[in-house]
Amino acid sequence: MNAKGTVIKYGDNIDTDVIIPARYLNTSLPEELARHCMEDIDTEFVNKVKQGDIMVGGANFGCGSSREHAPIAIKASGISCVIAESFARIFFRNSLNIGLPILECPDAAKDIEAGEIVSINFDTGVITNETKNKTYQAAAFPPFMQELINAGGLIKYIESGKMGD
Amino acid sequence: MGMTMTQKILAKAAGLESVKAGDLILAKLNLVLGNDITAPVGIREFKKLGLDDVFDKSKIALVPDHFTPNKDIKSAEQAKVVRDFANELDIVNYFEVGEVGIEHALLPEKGLVVAGDVVIGADSHTCTYGALGAFSTGVGSTDMAAGMASGKAWFKVPEAIKFNLTGKFKPYTSGKDLILHIIGMIGVDGALYKSMEFVGEGVHNLTMDDRFTIANMAIEAGAKNGVFEIDDLTREYMKEHSDREFIEFAADDDAEYAEVINIDLSEVPHTVAFPHLPENARTPENWGDVAIDQVVIGSCTNGRLSDLQRSAEILKGKKVKKGIRVIVFPATQKIYLEALKDGTLSTLVEAGCVISAPTCGPCLGGHMGILAAGERCVSTTNRNFLGRMGHVESEVYLASPEVAAASALTGKITAPEEVM
Repeated sequence: MNAKGTVIKYGDNIDTDVIIPARYLNTSLPEELARHCMEDIDTEFVNKVKQGDIMVGGANFGCGSSREHAPIAIKASGISCVIAESFARIFFRNSLNIGLPILECPDAAKDIEAGEIVSINFDTGVITNETKNKTYQAAAFPPFMQELINAGGLIKYIESGKMGD
Repeated sequence: MGMTMTQKILAKAAGLESVKAGDLILAKLNLVLGNDITAPVGIREFKKLGLDDVFDKSKIALVPDHFTPNKDIKSAEQAKVVRDFANELDIVNYFEVGEVGIEHALLPEKGLVVAGDVVIGADSHTCTYGALGAFSTGVGSTDMAAGMASGKAWFKVPEAIKFNLTGKFKPYTSGKDLILHIIGMIGVDGALYKSMEFVGEGVHNLTMDDRFTIANMAIEAGAKNGVFEIDDLTREYMKEHSDREFIEFAADDDAEYAEVINIDLSEVPHTVAFPHLPENARTPENWGDVAIDQVVIGSCTNGRLSDLQRSAEILKGKKVKKGIRVIVFPATQKIYLEALKDGTLSTLVEAGCVISAPTCGPCLGGHMGILAAGERCVSTTNRNFLGRMGHVESEVYLASPEVAAASALTGKITAPEEVM
C-alpha cells in the first residue's frame, strides 16, 4: 500500500479537542465530523484539504480525550496518513483500530514542510519527500500491529477470528 | 528481573507468569465502560460483528454523563442509542438520569472496580481507578466494541515512572496541586506510554478523593495508567462500596523503573495550570493579576464530597464577588445527597454558587457553563486546551477546589490563605 499527497503541517501537542471540538460530538457521522476538523486552530483546513493529502504533526500528536471521532474526522477529511514525531497512546490505538495509517518518524516530522509533496511506502516504512528529494525511515510496527493494519482495523481483525485465546 | 505493580496486574490478566515492558499481550477484562459520546460509536462497531450478545452483561458499564440531561436533539438521539442498546441486551450497569453520575466517580462508588482489576473505558480519564490499585486505561470506541464482544483487549506492557511520596500536604493544599505540580515537572508527554506508580509513606497521608484526583490526571502527562499502592484506607473504601473480592498487587523489590521521582508532600505549592496546556504549571508568585469571569467546581477530577466540602469551608459565611459565575457540579447523586444533608450545598448556595446536576457539562465545553470570547474561568477540571470550555478565545485555568473557591471570592486567581 502506498500514499502520495500534499503536506498540511501542524505543531506539537495537537489535542483531540482541536482536531474535533466537543461541541460537534453530538453526532458520530464521519462526513459531519469532517466538516469541522481542525477548525479551532485552522479554519482553512476544511477548504484546502484534498483527497490523499498527508498531515504532519510534532510531538504528542492526538493527546487528550479518547474520542475516536478525532481520527474518524481526519480520515473522512481525505487525509491518507498522519506522520508525527510521536503520538499520544489512545490516538495511536484508535487510528490503527479504524484503519487510519499513521507513522512515527521524528526526522520526517521535523524536516517536512507544509505544501511539500510526500509519498509513503507502507510496506517498507520509507517516506519520500519528493519536493526536497529526500527519504526518511519510519519506525516499523510490531508484527501484531501490522496484522491489525493489514486486516483493515480491529473489527475486521476480530471477524477473521484472530482475537481468540 | 522484577515487575512493576502494573506489570503484575497485566501478567495475571494475560495468564502469564511474567511480562516485561514492550511485550504485546491479550488481557482479560473485568469491566468495559462507555459514555453517551463514545458508546454510540462503540455500539455501531459492535453491531458490525453480528453477535447476539456481549461477553458478560454484568461487566459492561454504560454511563450517559457527558451531554445529559440531554442538551439538544442530537444529544438526545445519541443517549437513546445507548439506552436502547442497554435495554435490548439487558446490560446490568446502565445508569439513567436520576441514577447517573460522572462515570469515574460513579463506578468506584458503585463498587464496580476493585484492586487487581483490568478495566478499559472509552474515555481518557478511565485511568482514575488506579487509585484503587486496579489497572485501568482509556481507549477508543472500537476497543470498547472489541472488549464488549470478547472480554479482552490487547496492550503493550508499559514501563513505569515511580513517584515516591513522603510527608503531608500543607493546609489548603490537595491532590490537584500535586498532580499539576508533577505535570508541570515532567510535561504533557512526560509519561507517554508509561505507568505512573505512586508509592511511599506519603500515600497514607492522601485521602481516597486525593488519590482519585491524582490518578485521574495521569493521562494529562500522557500516561497509560496511574496506580497507587494499596493500604488500609483503600481496603476500607473497597469494603464499604463493593462486595467483590479484590486482589492486592505490589511492585517487586527489584522492579526496574524508567525513572524514580521523590516528592515531599509538604513542599508541594499551590499550583495552577495556565492556558493552554496542563503542563503550564505556575506557583502563586507567578500568577499575577488574572481577572476571571467564571469558576467551575466539579468534574471527574474534583467533584467528590471532600472537594465540595473543602470549597464550602473557604466560602462559608462569605459572598462570591459580584459578577463572577460560580457553578458547582457534585459528581454523583450520592455525593449530591451527602452534600445536601451535611449542609455543604446550603453553604455554597448562600455564598452565591449555583448547583448543577451531575454531568461532565462545561469541562469539555458541552453545556451548563460555556465561555464566550475573551472570558476566563478558574476550573477544577482537567484540561485547559484551546477552546476546551467554549469559544476559541476563552481561557481555562486549572486549579484545586481550594484555589477555585478563593478565586470566586476575589474575582482573580487567588491563594486560599489570602481569604482565610
